[in-house]
Amino acid sequence: MAKVLSLAALLGLWALIAWLVQSPLLPSPLSVGEAIVADTRTGELPFQMACTLARVAAAFAIAFTLGVAAGYAMGRSPTIDRYADPWLVVLLNLPALVIIIFAYIWIGLNETAAIIAVALNKFPNVIVVTREGARSLDPNLDEMARAFQFTWQSKLRNVVLPQLAPYLAAVSRSGLSIIWKIVLVVELLGRPNGVGFVLGSSFSLFDMTRILSYAISFVALMLAIETFLVQPLERRTNRWRRRAA
Amino acid sequence: MNDVRTDGAAGPLEIRIDTKTYVSAEGKPVEVIRDLRLQLDAFSFGALIGPSGCGKTTILHIAAGLDPDFRGQRQIPGRGRLGIVFQEPRLLPWRTVADNIRLVLPAERSLEELHDLIETLGLGSHLSHYPGELSLGLARRVAIARAFAVRPDFLLLDEPFVSLDAAVAARLREELTTLTQRERVTTLLVTHDLNDAFQLADRLFFLSTRPAGVIAEIPLPPPRGARSKAEIDRIAEEVRSRVPGYFPDSASA
Ligand SMILES: Nc1ncnc2c1ncn2[C@@H]1O[C@H](COP(=O)(O)OP(=O)(O)OP(=O)(O)O)[C@@H](O)[C@H]1O
Ligand SMILES: [Mg+2]
Repeated sequence: MAKVLSLAALLGLWALIAWLVQSPLLPSPLSVGEAIVADTRTGELPFQMACTLARVAAAFAIAFTLGVAAGYAMGRSPTIDRYADPWLVVLLNLPALVIIIFAYIWIGLNETAAIIAVALNKFPNVIVVTREGARSLDPNLDEMARAFQFTWQSKLRNVVLPQLAPYLAAVSRSGLSIIWKIVLVVELLGRPNGVGFVLGSSFSLFDMTRILSYAISFVALMLAIETFLVQPLERRTNRWRRRAA
Repeated sequence: MNDVRTDGAAGPLEIRIDTKTYVSAEGKPVEVIRDLRLQLDAFSFGALIGPSGCGKTTILHIAAGLDPDFRGQRQIPGRGRLGIVFQEPRLLPWRTVADNIRLVLPAERSLEELHDLIETLGLGSHLSHYPGELSLGLARRVAIARAFAVRPDFLLLDEPFVSLDAAVAARLREELTTLTQRERVTTLLVTHDLNDAFQLADRLFFLSTRPAGVIAEIPLPPPRGARSKAEIDRIAEEVRSRVPGYFPDSASA
């Protein structure tokens, strides 16, 4: 309820200021809403959002899979960690923009480059968090699994993954929000479609109505994914936890 | 460093630890066990008795094959299928009681077959609970059920009756006797309760402290499990004379 009220207040404030300034640089909520409806009718908005969403999903899947594997290996083996850690530090400190430019220059202005650039931006963060999780695995449970001769699949499913779950959930949440922001930049710099591309071209025309309608639609979509996909998943994995007394 | 052999049929459980050292936090090696030898005939029941901190859990882990870092040799009976009750329950907190037990079952066994065991342990109404919802005593019973559920060739029990009330502990002792006889399993029990040891075991091993070794090995007359008060007293008397100073007063109580 508080959430709805606070969002309504924000909308009201926006409407008020837009009415006061009467400038094309701050269109009213109503005209932005109309633009959203109009672009949805033509199919333009859904198409651009789908392009962006597909890139988010691909980059997320790649960064997550490789990052979890690498982070787990580094968390379990001190030797691997010693050798790989310097690379990780370099990657962590490379600015997103540098990675994007390198990818476009070396791989070309294409889809592969765009997705690799985004995944590479998220990858080190997935490693860091997963490594932390892998280091905190309970050695007693590991021993138990060995004593009872768990198969490696059963151990992964029943012993390792449940312990990593909170870390993986955290990394998915932060991952999603970082990735979609970077995807927009990647699109702005070198893709002929997607929300980032639309924002870029509208920016050159100072078309604030269009900028706001695409930005708001996309933020709303990401929020929906977060609330209806990520959070329920998180709750499911935490079902066994004893509720705080 | 050490060999492991498994005997095809029913062999003895044999552990020889020439030396076992831990490295302390400051990096100094600490020898906790030296020249220790335990031998248990197939299907017999040994009790390991020793003061706190002497190395009983360490010996059990070595017997279980969980700690390869020692000098010596271990030989395990049968197919080498192990049932173990750790000193702490070590259940998977994110799996229900039923799943914790089900996860260790051999392929040919189902949870339904364990009905009697589960009822004896008083777990029937807790199968759908998560370990976080159990008392320590209940969690221990789940750990015991899990150890039996695997149909072990050898069973290692690290003070399984601690923190259970007297009635449950007594029922478990009986159950343990029946199970180890019916399922024919070689058992090594760590305990500091001499009564448990006198009642359940075929053979007692008394340990010294640091470095731990066997100071006395006392075979007990069969049958185990149903010894009379008089027999227990006779055993206590022998222990008192063989290992003087080994808190024998509590034994005849
Ligand atoms: N991982 C370890 N690193 C260093 N020292 C250890 C380690 N594990 C055990 N020890 C030491 O080895 C000795 C034997 O420990 P162990 O746990 O086997 O004793 P215990 O007989 O089982 O004791 P209790 O009756 O209290 O359970 C203890 O002095 C303990 O401090
Ligand atoms: Mg112990």
